[in-house]
Amino acid sequence: MSQKNDRAKEQILKMSGVNPLKCMRCGKCSGTCPSYDEMEYHPHQFVYMVETGEIDKLMQSPSIYKCLSCFACVDRCPRGVEPAKLVEAVRLTVIRQKGMNHMTADSIPALLDDDLPQQAIVSAMRKYSK
Amino acid sequence: MKVSYFPGCTLRTKAKELDFYARKCLEKLDVEPIEPDNWQCCGGVFVSAKDEIASKLSSVRALKSAKEAGMPLVTVCSACHNVIKQTNYCMQNDADFANKVNLYMAQDGGEFTPYNGETEVLHFLELLRDKVGFDKVKAAVVKPLTGRKIAAYYGCLLLRPNKVMAFDNPENPTIMEDFIRALGAEPVVYAMRNECCGGYVVTDDPESSAKKSAAVTENAMNAGADTVMTACPLCKYNLSKNGGAPVVYFTELMAEAFGLKEEQHVTEE
Repeated sequence: MSQKNDRAKEQILKMSGVNPLKCMRCGKCSGTCPSYDEMEYHPHQFVYMVETGEIDKLMQSPSIYKCLSCFACVDRCPRGVEPAKLVEAVRLTVIRQKGMNHMTADSIPALLDDDLPQQAIVSAMRKYSK
Repeated sequence: MKVSYFPGCTLRTKAKELDFYARKCLEKLDVEPIEPDNWQCCGGVFVSAKDEIASKLSSVRALKSAKEAGMPLVTVCSACHNVIKQTNYCMQNDADFANKVNLYMAQDGGEFTPYNGETEVLHFLELLRDKVGFDKVKAAVVKPLTGRKIAAYYGCLLLRPNKVMAFDNPENPTIMEDFIRALGAEPVVYAMRNECCGGYVVTDDPESSAKKSAAVTENAMNAGADTVMTACPLCKYNLSKNGGAPVVYFTELMAEAFGLKEEQHVTEE
């Protein structure tokens, strides 16, 4: 594990409050994840890869933008691991870097239609942008 | 009964009917909603990182204002409810977070009093179930929705994380079905009622949310529903666009059953 990955792992564990060692790798989180098909790395892989320190791979993966924050993996994990909190922590580690916003205010007008609720826009900006 | 009533950003804009009918029905149930002064948008979605402080202050301000007014804080939108209740849980259980928040709040001016999660947060449906009582709701019905088959869509925000939301059994909830029964309609129970509609990801990957929403509406229709009921503007948006089922806010159905819909219409912008 590189020193950079080492530090990122420490931050991610602290920020998320997750202990990946509680995971028994049953895969239920990925089995219940509604975004499984859209993800390159699945929730159980986030848990494993944070533990092994493969943070840069996760940070570069579009998977971090596919999580719906639906908390299905959190509630259905038999060990209380809370994988969604790791996905969130990895995504924040990316978008908190300068110039790394996944969405900016400039892209909003193109998304609007007559019905799109404000809630969708504020949620997206909170998840994809700093 | 007086309650502190948090409308949230979308109920003032794209989901006016959710708010309008909520207020009409409260009038009939002798509940007076008091809107906090200068409330701010909750932010739409909760950020679970422990070091994310400033974005949660708007929720704390609403919670603190309800505490000072000595009333429970009632939410209508599922997203507001999720964000505000999760923030309140952090204020109760994470001393470091609460301390940082209170230091920010001290800068708001005026006399400083710390907030530590004292306010009771109730979703509108919880207000009906736990404070008003579904029996009283039933008694207020003048035009029962007899013969209607309504599929309750819980989605994720009201139920999860269950440790925090404590709304109902997260895998086999009954509150919305009991509400539907109180209005005189028949609840339709289907497997996808507590799965995600695709949420805000519609802004980044609309195909992903279309797939998830279509799975929900298709499942509800196949189970025999004629209407899908929701408390969330974003769920309504996603579900309405995918699957062709009519999606209606729970407050609008209640207003219909209370006989308030024909005479009162939500005003257009």
